[in-house]
This record gives sequence, structure tokens and C-alpha cells, in this order.
Amino acid sequence: MSDVTATDITTTSAAALGEALRAGELSSVEVTRAYLDRIQAEDATIGAYLHVDAEAALRAAEQVDAARAKGEELGPLAGVPLALKDVVVTEGVPTTSGSKILEGWRPPYDATVAARLKAAGTVLLGKTNMDEFAMGSSTENSAYRVTRNPWDTDRIPGGSSGGSSAAVAAGLAPWAIGTDTGGSIRQPAAVTGLVGHKPTYGSVSRSGLIAFSSSLDQAGPMTRTVLDAALLHEAIGGHDPLDSTSIDAPVPVLAEAARRGAGGDLSGLRVGVVTELGGDGHTDGYEPGVLARVAEAVALLEGMGAEVRQVSCPAFDLALPAYYLIAPSEASSNLARFDGVRYGLRVGDDGSRDLDEVMALTREQGFGHEVKRRIILGTYALSSGYYDAYYGQAQKVRTLITRDFTSAWDDVDVLVSPTSPTVAWPIGARVDDPIAMYAADLCTLPASLAGIPAISVPCGLSEGLPVGFQIMAPALADDRCYRVAAALEAAQDAARGHALLDAIGGRA
Amino acid sequence: MEFRRSMSTPSPKGQLTRDEVAHLAHLSRLAVSDEELDLFAGQLAAVLDAVAQVGKADVADVPPTTHAVPMTNVMRPDVVRPSLPRDVVLDGAPAAEDDRFRVPRILGEEA
Repeated sequence: MSDVTATDITTTSAAALGEALRAGELSSVEVTRAYLDRIQAEDATIGAYLHVDAEAALRAAEQVDAARAKGEELGPLAGVPLALKDVVVTEGVPTTSGSKILEGWRPPYDATVAARLKAAGTVLLGKTNMDEFAMGSSTENSAYRVTRNPWDTDRIPGGSSGGSSAAVAAGLAPWAIGTDTGGSIRQPAAVTGLVGHKPTYGSVSRSGLIAFSSSLDQAGPMTRTVLDAALLHEAIGGHDPLDSTSIDAPVPVLAEAARRGAGGDLSGLRVGVVTELGGDGHTDGYEPGVLARVAEAVALLEGMGAEVRQVSCPAFDLALPAYYLIAPSEASSNLARFDGVRYGLRVGDDGSRDLDEVMALTREQGFGHEVKRRIILGTYALSSGYYDAYYGQAQKVRTLITRDFTSAWDDVDVLVSPTSPTVAWPIGARVDDPIAMYAADLCTLPASLAGIPAISVPCGLSEGLPVGFQIMAPALADDRCYRVAAALEAAQDAARGHALLDAIGGRA
Repeated sequence: MEFRRSMSTPSPKGQLTRDEVAHLAHLSRLAVSDEELDLFAGQLAAVLDAVAQVGKADVADVPPTTHAVPMTNVMRPDVVRPSLPRDVVLDGAPAAEDDRFRVPRILGEEA
């Protein structure tokens, strides 16, 4: 083993691990074992994983090491371990989407995202916990276990990709894949001090992601650094014939944008601060500490040459109600596939009950409360007599939100806001109040509804807990998110003398 | 159908009743318990109240957006491609028989 210690391995960036592997300073087995050891020691407390297969991970790592020893040409990610949110189907590896209805299911194929990461030589450590079917903002809706925020284990890790955020923040994976329907990558990244990017809708394949709301779902990276996010995004992005909504465009050059941004020159960049997301007259529900950190981040961007102005997007005030009609409506349709016939749970099939009864019993036992609430709400919003007033109206509001973005792009290159109105809240604080839980998505929903890219990058601490800064860009201009996020990250790290994540558990 | 009769006129704001929730659950093939009905009726009334704010938007002449990516149709060559092996797919099924999914009866006794 080289002079790199096990602690270094589990706290360094994935990009640095990749370089050390390429240079022969570390083997994939060493790196993988360091993470597996840490999972073994810490995950009983953190609860990030639903499934870990140490033997399979070490076998995959050995294969990469053997290929490298033979002098085979390997990509930049080869040998670097990673975690996948359990919504990503993986051939032969248990996949539950956080639900009892899929307990024990081993999918017969790989999602495109999983297949591309496998082909890139990454080593799968395991599948991470999540809110059931990605419905939630705290991971408390998982049917399996509680996941804790490594910054304060009495608090939530965000959601729905809370297993992925907790794993990366706690050093139980160098990086992870999450999915984002209304903020499920960005909000958990924000409250755990990570970088999380929701790509342009259609730019990362949805094939093999267990569907929640098909017009909104996107997979993306959750990482310790902006450069890591760009590298992971490049590995999963690009057209896929297996997803009919996949955009047939080249993957933008993202790592280069991140490296350029880290240089710190933003002269000429026009930045719009969204009034409706925490600005004057719109501060209800926002913590002062969050708004203070975000204002400081805006000032940093200005200091690097950006031109900052306020931008009003009036329709954003209705993003939350529109989203909580559109997403449950699509979910009520998507989740009809869980019928106890082709995969997963079947309950009550004793010969005395017909298909409808077995189906209803299976879904009753297999789904948790939040999933049932959304199916019922979606069924209501789509029903005759209510369709126009609810689902149809929400789709028109979606158009208004998109128009607000379109007119903003006439004046600015990116829009910025807090990622989440608050820092991580105590476990249990919002479980009985769906409206309070939904409010966590206030800032992330507009970009979801418009299908545009948005990144969350850490911008400091409030009351000792991480705050996220959101940067939104026009469709297919994901590179702008990475450029601005990298500039902010570099400026803050330089001022602080270390990365924000190094402050976890007093490591700094 | 009964659903149309009972629900064609929107209930007053925040008045999603226990019976309506039970009916929606039935339509969604969810055999919800009495406790869940009590819980959901209150929670869903509050959620409906919140989402009903979409009605405040002036959307005269605004077209709906169904999808973030404007797309028409996607075509591919009509060629035979291998599908998943049957035994692998049936391995994941709750019940299989004679190389098929086994399901509970669909028709009543007299049918």
C-alpha cells in the first residue's frame, strides 16, 4: 500500500482516487476495501445502504486491477467504487425502490445508467436507501430503515436520495447516483454539504429507473466536489435509444467547464437572483441563516466578475401546488404496474379471492402511507369532473413557469437561489405533516417543472449545518451550472482553508 | 357510474370526505384500512387545499405543458431484437406455471 492512508481514501475526491489508481499509487481492491471497512464500521449508525455485497465489489475491483496490470486501456473512472440509489435497477442485485412491494426482487437487466457505469469500470459498493418510490424529502418514507445525517445523526439526510447523500458525506462511498423528480438530488446534497446536479430533462437515460413521475424524473451525480459531479455526469449522460424521451444531443463538456470555473474568472457572466425564492417579500419559511449564506455566495460571484441583478419569476409562487398535482397524477398511473402479477409481492392469493381483491391487498400491504396518499391524490386530480380544475390547470401553470425561465434567459445566463429553505431538520419533525414536508421542495421545483439543469453546491454552514446554493441554467447548458459552482467552491475553499465537508465531526 | 354521480361537482374547499377517499382508494386498487381512511381524509383535505392554489393563475389562452422536452414521435427500424430470457423473467414473478405468469381468477364462478 502507498502512503495514502485509509482515512485519506474515504475523504478524498473521486477524481483524485481515479488519478491515484491510474498512476498505480493505489489498487482498486485497496480503495474498495477501505470503503467496505468503513461501511462495516459506520453504516449501522448512518443507515445509508439497503444492500451491500462486499464479495462482488472486491471481485469487480480485482478485475479492474488485473486489467490494469495487463496494460489494458481503461477509462478515468475505472476502479473507483460508487453507490447507486435503489431506484436504479441492477441485474441480479436486489432493487426495491425503498418499497416492501419489491422486497427480494432481483432485476433481470441493468438500467442504462448502471450499465454505463459498469462499462466505465466503476465498482458497485451497494444500493442506497431512499424514500419509497422517491416520494419524500427526508428518506423517512423508506419501508426499510432510518438514514441519518452524518453532520448530526439526530437529523434527516434529505430525500428522496438520502441514502446516497449520507453515504457520500459520511465517507461510505466516494460518490453516488441519485434521482431528482422535484429536488431529490439537490435537497439531500444541500443538507449534507455535497454537490448534487439534476441534469437537463432527457439528457440522462431514464431506462431502468423505476418510474415515479415520468415527465420529471432524472438521474444525476451526488459528489464531494464539483469536478467529481461533472466527471460522473459525463459517464452517464448522452442519448439512449431505450428511452424515447432521451435527447439526441452530444453530452456537453462538463469537466472542462468545472476546471475552467475553478480558475475563478466569471467576468461577463450575468447572474439573476430569483426574487420569489427567498427574496424581498418572499422570505416566509426561509431560515435567516440560509438566506445569509446565500447572500454571501452571491457577493462572492460578484467579486469574481459576475454581473448580478434581481429577476422576478411570478409563476414560481405556484410551482409547489402545480408539482403536487402533476407528480402524484403521473405516479398514480406509473404505480399501477405494481399489481402482484409479474414481480414483487403478492398477498392473499389463497384460491378464494379474485385478481382485483389480490391486487388491492397486495398494494395495501406493499405500499407505505405517502405512496398511498399520492396515488389517491393523483387518482382524484385525474378524475372526471376534477381534471380541468386540478391536473389540467397545473399543466398550464407549468407553461407559465417555463415562460418565466425563458424570459429570464433574455437578461441573464444563470439564475440562483437557496437550494432548500432550511437546514436539515430533526428526524420525525415533519412525518405527520405532508404540507411541511412538501415545503422542503420550494426552491427546487421550478427547474424540475421546466426540465432545465440545476446544481446545488455548498455555501457554508448555518447553526453548524450545511447550506446549499442552487444554480439554474437553460436546457442543455448544464456546463454553466458546473462552471459557476466550481468558481464558488474554489473561492470558498480558498477562504476557508479546506473543503466544507472536512468540517464534519471536527475533522478540519 | 357511481363515482361520476358522487364526484362530478367538486366538494367545498377542504372537504374531501372519508367516503370519497374510500372510493378513490377502491379505484386505485388499494384496500385501505379504517385507520388509514381517517388519517388520509384529514391529510388529503389539507393537501387539496394547498394544491387548489393553482386555480389562482390566469391561464386564459395558456397551453398545457405535458412534457419538458418538445417532441413529436420517435421512430426506430422495425427489426426483431432479443428479449429477456423467459426463465429469468419468471424467476422474479410471485407465481409461475407452465412457463407463464400464474394469476388469480379474473372471472366470477358463474362466468
